[in-house]
Amino acid sequence: MAMAWVWSGMVAASVLYGILNDTIDAVGSAAMEGAAAAVELCLGMAGVMCLWSGVMSVMRACGLLDGLSRLFRPLLGRLLPNAARDPDTLAALSGNVSANLLGLGNAATPLGVKAARRMAAGCGGRATDELCRLVVLNTASIQLLPTTVAGVRGALGAANPFDILPAVWLASALSVTAGLLAAGIFSKIWRD
Amino acid sequence: MDYSAYLVPVLLAFVALFGLGRRVNVYDALTQGAREGLDILAGILPSLVGLLTAVYMLRASGAMDLLGSLLAPVLARLGIPPETVGLLFVRPVSGSGALAIGSELMAAYGPDSYIGRVAAVMLGSTETTFYTIAVYFGSAGIRKTRYAIPAALLADLAGFMSAAFAVRLLFA
Repeated sequence: MAMAWVWSGMVAASVLYGILNDTIDAVGSAAMEGAAAAVELCLGMAGVMCLWSGVMSVMRACGLLDGLSRLFRPLLGRLLPNAARDPDTLAALSGNVSANLLGLGNAATPLGVKAARRMAAGCGGRATDELCRLVVLNTASIQLLPTTVAGVRGALGAANPFDILPAVWLASALSVTAGLLAAGIFSKIWRD
Repeated sequence: MDYSAYLVPVLLAFVALFGLGRRVNVYDALTQGAREGLDILAGILPSLVGLLTAVYMLRASGAMDLLGSLLAPVLARLGIPPETVGLLFVRPVSGSGALAIGSELMAAYGPDSYIGRVAAVMLGSTETTFYTIAVYFGSAGIRKTRYAIPAALLADLAGFMSAAFAVRLLFA
C-alpha cells in the first residue's frame, strides 16, 4: 500500500507543479515517454542481465559460492562472535555474505533470514547488537559485479558498462565501514 | 592500457574453464541462469513502467529540480550532486523506484557523464534498506529494532557521499 501513496503522490505533485509552473504539456508527453522508456530499458539490458545471471549460475554450479563462504568464516567470527559459535548459523551467515557478494539476491535472503532467526532465538523480540550488525551488513550492498546497473549502462550506450566497478567497490566498502562504525557507537550510547 | 577492459572477457573464460575442470555442464548452467535473468526482468518491467512514468512526469514538471535546488546547499556540503536528490530519498524505500530514477538520470545526462556515473555507483553500492530490515526482522520476530534503522540509513548516506567521491577520484 505504501507504493500506492508514493506513486499517486509523485503523479499528483507533477500535475500540480506542472500547472503552477506552466509545464503541463511537457508533463503529459513525459508520461508517455516514461512508459516507453521503461520497455526500451528492459529490452536494452536484457542481454547483459541474462548473460551475467547465466555466469553466476555457472559459478554456483562450480562450487565457487562454497569456496567463497569458507573464506569469510574467520572475518564473520570476529564481527559476530556469538552467532559464529554455532556452526549452522555461521554456515548460513557466510553463505549469505558470499551470495550477496556475487549478486545472488535470491540465494542470499533465505540464508540471511535463517541466520537471523537462529540469532534471534531467546532475545524476546529485541534486536541484539549482533542482529543490528547483520542488518547493516545486508543493507549496505557489497557486490562484486553490480550486473543490473551495468545492464542499464549498457542499454544506454555506455562505452564500457563495467568501468564503474572500482568506484562501486570503493563506495560499498566505505558505506559498510561507516554503517558498522555507527552500529558500534550506537551500541554504547543507545538507551533501552 | 585500461585494465578494466580485461575484466569481462577474462572472467567469462575463467568461469568456463574452471567449470569444465570441475566437470560441470557449463553451457547448461549458463542457459539455465540466463532464463532466471529473464524472470528477473519480467518481474521488474511492470513496476518500471509505472515508476518511470511518474519519474519522467516529475522531472518534466520541474518539481525534481525545485527539490534539488532547495537542498543544494546541504548536498554541496556533503559532496553529493543535487541532481541526484530524488535517488537519495527513493533508494532506501523502493528498489525499482531507485532503478527508475537512476536510469532516467543516466539517460538524461549520459551514462558516461559525471552525474550518470554517480547515479550508477549510488545504485550499485546501496540497498533497499527498509525492505531488507522488514524482511530480516519480520521473519526473526524482532519488534524492537533499536538502532538498526539509523545505523543502516547512516551507511546509506555514507554510500551516497562515497559514490560521488569515488567517481571524482577515479574518473577525474
